[in-house]
Amino acid sequence: MDTAQTNLFYRICQYRFMCVELNLYLDTHPHDENARADYQCYARRLTRLVEQYESEYGPLLNFGQSPTEVGCYVMSQWPWE
Amino acid sequence: MWIYTKQLEYPVNITNPDPRMAKLLMALYGGPDSELASGLRYLTQRFTMPDDRCRATLNDIGTEELAHWEMLGTMIYQCMRGASYAQIDEAGMAGYYTMHSRGVFPADPNGVPFTTAYIACTGDPVADLHEDLASEQKARATYEHLMTLTDDKSILDPLNFLREREIVHYQRFGECLEIVQGIQSGSTRRVYSASMRSGR
Repeated sequence: MDTAQTNLFYRICQYRFMCVELNLYLDTHPHDENARADYQCYARRLTRLVEQYESEYGPLLNFGQSPTEVGCYVMSQWPWE
Repeated sequence: MWIYTKQLEYPVNITNPDPRMAKLLMALYGGPDSELASGLRYLTQRFTMPDDRCRATLNDIGTEELAHWEMLGTMIYQCMRGASYAQIDEAGMAGYYTMHSRGVFPADPNGVPFTTAYIACTGDPVADLHEDLASEQKARATYEHLMTLTDDKSILDPLNFLREREIVHYQRFGECLEIVQGIQSGSTRRVYSASMRSGR
């Protein structure tokens, strides 16, 4: 991975974590309007970043969740490598 | 249905071989308070949890635990990567190496293999949530013990992240317990009760 790809990859990681954290909070506070708005905001941003990454470098997800012609799900680096 | 993302929840980049820490990290990979035990515990208990919010919490924290289990597996894999036979022997990993070589097998640091006897699923929401609260605290304590046993920043950094997650999960399960007890108090007015049953 070059620097630009690495930076985008870790930004996705950060936004995904915000979504995980807000998701867990909303599980026990499903009617908290502020948290719902924050979740929507981060989720939209995450979707855009993943689309940008996958259009440049290839799929991040399996089972039909990453419809991109670029790259190859099988051949890209595994997270433990 | 689960979808896999080819990305760790939090980055792990360990470049120095450290079979001693590989051995100790097994506590949270295949021990009683491991991320594997947590994931199985919550994903199993969710079927009989009575409230939508509590079901969602067990489902989503259980899912996050699998991502933590993957982080621990990555840490153990990277600590064993490039380790010499002498280093493995010196770290007390010769027995492990004989059986698993560099494979990442779910066992505790003493080689005791993972078992579902580590988890409980009573079908009683109060009992199950107390088990979950305890498991988060035991995992937090284990992370803190581990963090006193290394000064390698590339190991401490992900351990610090994972320890924080135990605290957040404990908070969410505490809220679930209040929700379940709130449902219960409408009929029994008891704060703690072992007699509550879902679906009655």
